[in-house]
Amino acid sequence: MTTKRRVGALLALLMTSASLVAGCGGGGEEEAAPPGELYKNPVTLTWWHNAPQDGPGKTYWAKVAKDFSALHPSVTIKIEAIETNQLQRTRIPAALLSNDPPDVFMSWGGGELREQVEAGYLKDITDQVRTEVGNIGSAAEIWQVNGKQYGLPFRMGIEGIWYNKDLFAKAGITAPPTTFEELNAAVTKLKAINVVPIAVGAGDKWPAAHWWYNFALRDCPVDVLKKASTDKVFDDPCFVKAGQDLKAFIDTRPFQNNFIATPGQNDPTSANGLLANGRAAMELMGDWNRGTLDNVATDKAKLAQFIGWFPVPAISGSAGDPKAALGGGDGFACAKDAPAECVEFLKYIASPEVQKGYAETGTGLPVVKGAEAGIKDPALKSILQATSEASYVQLWLDTAYGSTVGTAMNDGIVAIFSGSGTPEKVVSAMKAAASK
Amino acid sequence: MTSANQTRNPAGGVATPPAARRPAAPASSRRAETRRKWYEIIGLTTPALAVYVMFVLVPMGFAVYYSLFRWRGVGPPTEYVGLRNYVLAFGDPIFLDALRNNAIIVAGSLLIQGPLALGIALLLNRHFRGRALFRLLAFVPYVLAEVTVGIMWKLLLTDGGTVDALLRSVGLGGLVRAWLADLDVVIWTLLFVLTWKYVGFAIILLLAGLSNVPQELTEAAAIDGAGWWQTQRHVTLPLLGPTIRIWMFLSMIGALQVFDVVWVTSVPAVRSLGASGTMATYMVDNGFFARLWGYGNAVAVILFVISFVAALLFQRFILRRDIEGAITGRANRP
Repeated sequence: MTTKRRVGALLALLMTSASLVAGCGGGGEEEAAPPGELYKNPVTLTWWHNAPQDGPGKTYWAKVAKDFSALHPSVTIKIEAIETNQLQRTRIPAALLSNDPPDVFMSWGGGELREQVEAGYLKDITDQVRTEVGNIGSAAEIWQVNGKQYGLPFRMGIEGIWYNKDLFAKAGITAPPTTFEELNAAVTKLKAINVVPIAVGAGDKWPAAHWWYNFALRDCPVDVLKKASTDKVFDDPCFVKAGQDLKAFIDTRPFQNNFIATPGQNDPTSANGLLANGRAAMELMGDWNRGTLDNVATDKAKLAQFIGWFPVPAISGSAGDPKAALGGGDGFACAKDAPAECVEFLKYIASPEVQKGYAETGTGLPVVKGAEAGIKDPALKSILQATSEASYVQLWLDTAYGSTVGTAMNDGIVAIFSGSGTPEKVVSAMKAAASK
Repeated sequence: MTSANQTRNPAGGVATPPAARRPAAPASSRRAETRRKWYEIIGLTTPALAVYVMFVLVPMGFAVYYSLFRWRGVGPPTEYVGLRNYVLAFGDPIFLDALRNNAIIVAGSLLIQGPLALGIALLLNRHFRGRALFRLLAFVPYVLAEVTVGIMWKLLLTDGGTVDALLRSVGLGGLVRAWLADLDVVIWTLLFVLTWKYVGFAIILLLAGLSNVPQELTEAAAIDGAGWWQTQRHVTLPLLGPTIRIWMFLSMIGALQVFDVVWVTSVPAVRSLGASGTMATYMVDNGFFARLWGYGNAVAVILFVISFVAALLFQRFILRRDIEGAITGRANRP
């Protein structure tokens, strides 16, 4: 009898734990309050962002959450900061699949956002954010699918070449190159004074791939690029031409030795480290680079003094628009079943005041008019100016085409860098991946 | 068998004597006893079985199921493609490179770590001052977290890093290579790091095995006039057999599934070129980073089948005498 009772107790225990496990999956959801009752019911917003390292970025988001709760005491915000790759590749997809996503999470727009929308994961916020979208301008389109808005950016910028003014002066380069001929001449002069002309973090793949993207931007007409993003059609010969131009450029040996194993950022041996510590003269990178260079610089004051920025040079006689630029941004989206307060929080993040504070952290460029005043760094100011002057901003190609085509494309480009790939193979790998 | 009712077996542990005959009990109470025994078995194994089913068998079933779909991990899988993902995997040269790299790591682990660990274990089994310290040092790399080891070696092996400086300072500058960037060298660099990391595990296992070699046998060999080397060769080694075979088994399975050290030490670009990736890193690169979830599951299933078949073959042909009775049942008993 005692045995029987014990077995019974054991089974009961097992069942309780099973229901507990099950409970974990379903719990944590907040009921969406009717729109009229905004801020009436207490709600908890879970917020996943990608600034886990201690620094101005992380501190600023904590302050934003606190300020929002102070304005609206019914809202509690629970932050989880997760490293970008992990967040984008595993955490967000897994959370969305399990039907227990965070309320507010990072969104990079483009192909990935399109897939998430098609699966019905995201909240349509079109009607609530018209003012903000008007303030942000065309950049907001990256977070649109079929004309509907599904997220708002907080950072947006184009990429260009970060360079060391002191080394340029030493090498006798009087003005930043505006054409690839001038860039090649600068490379020759920099080699003569024994510095690495251009640092590239090919080890991480995407920093190398961005060179190809820029050749594609210069070689392809804008409507070919637009069509490629929406239809994943890469038949235009300009995509092969981009690889040929890249190969010719690599053959001039502008990069550091063994670049295939150099990481992009975040450690002193990275391409960032080479530029930040005066061992390389140039690096192709986005607007966030100002902050990441700071992280790896041994002498931050010196870095602030010598660092400059210029747009990617034009290729004379090419089919592309010389004033077009590659860019991208970071934004946030709300899960479909998130409480209505979630959208209010997105609007708060995109408000000029919060954006100005973000600009002051120096970790990236703000997206809203009226936040420019927060930018102090001269290099960032020149990016902001170039961004507003750009005739067309093409989203990073790997983001625009989605991870599957993007990864195949980046792998193919890295193979060109290593000497084993060909321009044709990049395009055929992209086509194969689109059907994979 | 000796006449004693206890006998030491070479793998360590003591064989239990056959249970003494109990006086015959009435049939009803014997049935009650049987029933109680079954309750105990069910009660004690259910939690373990439940966990095993939930976290091993069910996910394995899901992996097989998902591997039959073209699925990007957004929404439920709907596009059934049969075995297409498996065909694609074996048609991808980078996956075949990963298979080759795994084979190199399996062979390298067995052929390099085995003799090395055996030599060190035999040395550390002798009595000398500071033996405990040396044993500790030999084991430290194994205790370190994989990621720590990966980052440490990545920094040491970087271009113009500590390893290069060390080689140059002793006049071996000619040996300096681009350890992590040269596509022909990087797999051997990884093999070196893996050996450094895991040789301590082999050493500890072998030391445990050595402590089970009865002193009497080595003494007897010494009395018969055997030298140290002869004793090791003809007495110690044969008795170490079971330990060595178990280590080979664990090492082989570990080498087939190796992920962490490779992931951290080798950079994504070099992996994507096929120079350093293993099946496990290929699975993550494609499953998560290229977001080919169905395809990634197919790779996971391939990795599982290869490991499973390797384990079965190893048990069938090499571990057979060590596990006889435990798994093979009573059929072979006299």
